Amino acid sequence: MIKIENVRKSFGQLEVLKGIDLTVEKGEVLTIIGGSGSGKSTLLTCINGLEPIDAGRITVDGTVVHDKSTDLNKLRRKLGIVFQQFNAFPHLTVLENVMLAPRKVLKQSRAEAEAMAIKQLGHVGLGDKVDVYPSRLSGGQQQRMAIARALAMSPGYMLFDEVTSALDPQLVGEVLDTLRLLASEGMTMICVTHEMKFAREVSDRVAFFHKGVMAEIAPPEKLFGAPEDPELQKFLAATH
Amino acid sequence: MFNYTFQWNQALARLPQMLDGALVTMQIAILSMAIGVLLAILLTGCRLSGIRVLQGFAVTWVEIARNTPALFQIYMAHFGVASFGIHFSPFTSLLIGITFNNAGYLAENFRGALKAISDTQSRAGRSLGMTPVQAFRYIVLPQMLRIAYLPMTNQMVWAILMTSLGVTVGMNSDLYGVTQDLNALTFRTFELFAIAAVIFYVITKVIGLGARLLATRLFRY
Repeated sequence: MIKIENVRKSFGQLEVLKGIDLTVEKGEVLTIIGGSGSGKSTLLTCINGLEPIDAGRITVDGTVVHDKSTDLNKLRRKLGIVFQQFNAFPHLTVLENVMLAPRKVLKQSRAEAEAMAIKQLGHVGLGDKVDVYPSRLSGGQQQRMAIARALAMSPGYMLFDEVTSALDPQLVGEVLDTLRLLASEGMTMICVTHEMKFAREVSDRVAFFHKGVMAEIAPPEKLFGAPEDPELQKFLAATH
Repeated sequence: MFNYTFQWNQALARLPQMLDGALVTMQIAILSMAIGVLLAILLTGCRLSGIRVLQGFAVTWVEIARNTPALFQIYMAHFGVASFGIHFSPFTSLLIGITFNNAGYLAENFRGALKAISDTQSRAGRSLGMTPVQAFRYIVLPQMLRIAYLPMTNQMVWAILMTSLGVTVGMNSDLYGVTQDLNALTFRTFELFAIAAVIFYVITKVIGLGARLLATRLFRY
């Protein structure tokens, strides 16, 4: 369970998270929508401790993320995160990209890491690309590789930060299909996204962020069907 | 006006000695590069550490190495430290001087190379649970060395050529030192130094070629 309690975060003068309260249960798929600068991506990087917070508390399975005594490197094994930029490691083959962290962080044997990497690459549909370098992959393939790389750590949660935003339109579908597959397998996921159709289809709940505040959270039928927040109504009208 | 008689045979007879000297020259250059690369990585780490003292140390090193003559650096490593009662052999002093110079230049190359690598690379490593050192070691460093590879081969060539400054601290077993001694014996000045120049040229060309071949093996991406 990820529990976010009254989290506040500023960059200089700009307060980007103004007291967020949110709980994500195991097995839940939560999507976060909202305009640029609404704080949704920042929240994800706060959850895995890449960004410090100014106030409040985030706990992951009972571990307080921003506590000084928390071993963030250990915590991050539980929290797979995939970013808008694919961040493929260009000097490693696709297989080596996926094997690196299990080898060095989890200290797995080569055989063990390789078996897991091949399994996860097959999972995201890259079974035939294991030996190529990322520069040979399309954006969609690179992003799927990044997903496999995160999955190879056997995380309990997956965080997706606008993973389709940097892709050509025709490549968005293959990545969303991968996310749908994960959701259908019961992976606990938080997806920040601009893909409304996708959000409506896979989410258990959808949260709408506006100017650092979670303005509304509801199951997708309710949030898209009968939005209450006036800003959300405006946002949905603009994106339809 | 021009009545110098070339006597190549006399000079060529000394070729084996000069080739022995060339081996010493290569030995110094290779050692100074190997140690220089390691020191340069450390200096780069110091610069990125965010710790003022370490940053100051690295900046001072790089500034002196790049903005003073290599001759001065080698001189200091021999006669400079001798003022404080520290005495190195000419070989050691030359090695220290060139290594100091290499490390300074390479550290600056590495810093430039690092700027070309996006921060999101190590961020991606960190988010997979890697420590900062692991992310640097396995993700950033290999990419940095590739970007800095060409400047590194240049520095290697430079290191070979810098060994010729060793004569100023009494070095006489390297190619230039051997040539200088032979010249004092035989006075075949032009011939001997021309042969030395050709040997220098061949060494640096072979290094360039070797580096290119190595690159195709090292960097497949």
